[in-house]
Amino acid sequence: MFGNNTLTEFIFGRLSWQAIPYHEPILVVTFAVVALGGLALLGLITKYRLWGYLWTEWFTSVDHKKIGIMYVVLALVMLLRGFADAIMMRIQQAIAFNGSEGYLNPHHYDQIFSAHGVIMIFFMAMPFVTGLMNYIVPLQIGARDVSFPFLNNFSFWMTTAGAIIIMLSLFVGEFARTGWLAYPPLSGADYSPGVGVDYYIWGLQVAGVGTTLSGINLIATIVKMRAPGMTFMKMPVFTWTSLCTNVLIVATFPILTATLALLTLDRYVGTNFFTNDLGGNPMMYVNLIWIWGHPEVYILILPAFGIFSEVVATFCGKRLFGYASMVYATCVIMILSYIVWLHHFFTMGSGASVNAFFGITTMIISIPTGAKMFNWLFTMYRGRIRYEVPMLWTIGFMVTFVIGGMTGVMLAVPPADFVLHNSLFLIAHFHNVIIGGVVFGLLAGVNYWYPKAFGYRLDPFWGKMSFWFWLIGFYVAFMPLYVLGLMGITRRVSQFEDQSLQIWFVIAAFGAFLIALGIAAFIIQLVVSFLRRDQLRDTTGDPWDGRTLEWSTSSPPPDYNFAFTPVVHDHDSWYDMKRRGYERPLAGFKPIHMPKNTGTGLILAAISVAFAFGMIWYMWWLAALSFVAMLAVAIGHTFNYSRDFHIPAETVTATEDARSQLLAERT
Amino acid sequence: MASTLQAQETDKPEFYLTEDHHPEGSTMLGFWLYLMSDCLIFAVLFATHGVLGRSYAAGPSPADLFDLPLVAVNTAMLLLSSITYGFAMLQMERNAKAETLFWLGVTGVFGAIFLGLELYEFNHLIHEGAGPTRSAFLSSFFTLVGTHGLHVTFGIIWLITLMVQVSMRGLIPENRRRLMCLSMFWHFLDVVWIGVFSFVYLIGVLG
Amino acid sequence: MSSHAPAHESASATHHGHSNGHGAGHGSLKGYVIGFLLSVILTAIPFWLVMGGVFDSKLLTAFLVMGVGVVQIVVHMIYFLHMNPRSEGGWTIMALIFTLVLVGIALAGSLWVMHHLNANMMPMSPEMMKNMP
Repeated sequence: MFGNNTLTEFIFGRLSWQAIPYHEPILVVTFAVVALGGLALLGLITKYRLWGYLWTEWFTSVDHKKIGIMYVVLALVMLLRGFADAIMMRIQQAIAFNGSEGYLNPHHYDQIFSAHGVIMIFFMAMPFVTGLMNYIVPLQIGARDVSFPFLNNFSFWMTTAGAIIIMLSLFVGEFARTGWLAYPPLSGADYSPGVGVDYYIWGLQVAGVGTTLSGINLIATIVKMRAPGMTFMKMPVFTWTSLCTNVLIVATFPILTATLALLTLDRYVGTNFFTNDLGGNPMMYVNLIWIWGHPEVYILILPAFGIFSEVVATFCGKRLFGYASMVYATCVIMILSYIVWLHHFFTMGSGASVNAFFGITTMIISIPTGAKMFNWLFTMYRGRIRYEVPMLWTIGFMVTFVIGGMTGVMLAVPPADFVLHNSLFLIAHFHNVIIGGVVFGLLAGVNYWYPKAFGYRLDPFWGKMSFWFWLIGFYVAFMPLYVLGLMGITRRVSQFEDQSLQIWFVIAAFGAFLIALGIAAFIIQLVVSFLRRDQLRDTTGDPWDGRTLEWSTSSPPPDYNFAFTPVVHDHDSWYDMKRRGYERPLAGFKPIHMPKNTGTGLILAAISVAFAFGMIWYMWWLAALSFVAMLAVAIGHTFNYSRDFHIPAETVTATEDARSQLLAERT
Repeated sequence: MASTLQAQETDKPEFYLTEDHHPEGSTMLGFWLYLMSDCLIFAVLFATHGVLGRSYAAGPSPADLFDLPLVAVNTAMLLLSSITYGFAMLQMERNAKAETLFWLGVTGVFGAIFLGLELYEFNHLIHEGAGPTRSAFLSSFFTLVGTHGLHVTFGIIWLITLMVQVSMRGLIPENRRRLMCLSMFWHFLDVVWIGVFSFVYLIGVLG
Repeated sequence: MSSHAPAHESASATHHGHSNGHGAGHGSLKGYVIGFLLSVILTAIPFWLVMGGVFDSKLLTAFLVMGVGVVQIVVHMIYFLHMNPRSEGGWTIMALIFTLVLVGIALAGSLWVMHHLNANMMPMSPEMMKNMP
């Protein structure tokens, strides 16, 4: 009955050879490099017979520490991809003058700026933050794992599945050309008929499931699994900021999910939520997406604030100044972040009363943030400061973030925003707070906690190189954008007429190269540290003279984290323990109850990729099949009742004795 | 002040538990947090309906479309399923497996009738030319009510799964915990439905 | 150390026993019946108000429907979901209040913002809006 065409269309939907971008030389080269690199990696894994090891020890692991590390690895890979996009844009804008089209056509350029934003926020910053929280929070609260270890593994793989879907768009089809928030009507079926927006939607939806679940998981962990004695006002600041961040995640990601679902219905079913006709209203999308979007930036920055608080206290050898005010400021920011969303679209035409309300709330939110800045400063004041790499990042942050914060307050003034809206000034502002705040924080965190995770410190020389290249590169890259923005240049433009602007873009491109050197130095730092791991080894578990519980256990911590659950008396609990003569327990170990590994999370995530692929390319049979498979696997998983086991007391004793020996050798 | 500090320096409290530490279970809290996040999904749909619910695009309005007696019957089904789930939970407390299964089955039947009526209503509307693509009002109506219906569908699938598991393994602690989670889910859907019939149907018909 | 050696016995039976009793409070038959009767009454009232055309004022009717709806939600929370300030150490009620605040912000904020945008960008009456193609 079916003609040949109908059959092909049934099987492949709208996927055809035209979807493979072999006519774009840049993409062909990229594909060749990625394919060769990927094959080499797979070959090496096979050659050294690592598949079994990776599967049993990592992919199926429900250990929060390993999942945390996998999150950070994912974030670093995506950082490279997102940064490649960034440097391509900077080169394009530096050369596309005087009638030259540059080397990227608008079609390609638009995909790049969309992908850059999506990847950096959702697949670099989010996994990085989640990874650090995953690794550190259970250790800081003296717990053996998170509340729902299987869910944790599943969340990680869903995030990875989202990243894979986004990466697929590079070589199969195209990515959205709509900007990172995909405003309709541009992202609607009429103006974006291709698969780009669908890749965007499904990538984010799949990753969003993981993000929401990991948020729920970490809240439950912090609320329920704190060590005895750790009241809320004795929690480490990083745990506090993690709690607030996860509350924000759970309370806002559903809004993103629902909003994207409505856009999906507009595109797939033909509903009229955000269309221009039949009663739809595109402005509603902008309104809804920013109800999620503004808290999202605090989701990213709050954990960074937590990291800086830990770093400052440790490297100044002092209690954090104003611990309680830090906690209250975090909570106030958490609440206030919900009532400022309209400042992203002052110019959309709400009246004076609406704009005034949201302008004022936006300015108010800078007060608790400013209070935090003073807390860090006063912690440093008369402290015994050690300028280790994490501390350098912290100081770099304090200077840079204040500048970004002040330009933010400028943008919060509605009349000023009418001039600056969607200009490069805005671009410079949010890179100023995201790089200067979030990225610096994450890199400080990596340098600070790396010895905990791997048992050796990161090489300080390359760490300092990385810091200085990043810091200087940031200023060189983004200060010109402030200038250009004040001159009225808008964002997302691929070619320019006015030659007098070119010099600013060239400077900015040079800055981007400095940042590239910073990233390279960071990677070299990882490699060099690995090679010099014997010199950099830390056997104490407490290389920085830390103050919180994660430093009380060995580096890397054993699977069970703590042989005995710690009892907390003060908020710098490890400092308190050291000061009052804590002695490590050496005997009397008991069997420890732990969750079993499982591959279900990975399988479910893999099926989700297939489902999303089917939806994106209209391969309905694949989508339906994967959906049913997903349900079946999920239900099948619930029939498995034996999910845990005990680490026997002998194993615990052996692990702890080995550590005692190491500690003894040191002295 | 100084003396207390002195005292702290000298006295050496316990720094770890020698007994096995069991933090209390987090499942109920975790599931509740999930429900709260679901609540926000519905909040978005309600907000969308609030904004777009009167954009009829020269098409039919709620007063032309909605059959309130049908909605009343539907509401009754959901209410009945709520109390029968309550009975199932009471039987579970008594450790009566057969009775628990019976009441769970009754709950499932009421849920299925609810879904059937909703599908009948949807089908009827689409045949009248008032499908989800007709106007923004109908888009948001179908999405809000349909999302609730989708939740009920998953609730029924989950209910059947749990009935199988209870009959296989009895009312063991794991199964009890799962039944309590589903209980919360089921009653939560009931709460959402109160919003739906008040805000969408009744106030919609008022115009 | 391998984290899943097969030799270890399953600990599920011993572990999960205690994680139960702390869940949401359990209802009694009396509680469920009271809740059910109340919700039947509270459902009947708004349907009667609208279907019977009891009041001429639509605004008043709408206001009453929403008011009764809120009361019914509270009834369900107490009698069916067993919400009380003590369950899970107060965390469920705290999460609920927090969520309700956010739902309120999102709903009221969206309506306010969108009303402003509509008023400023499309100067037309609601009647025109209804009949706009």
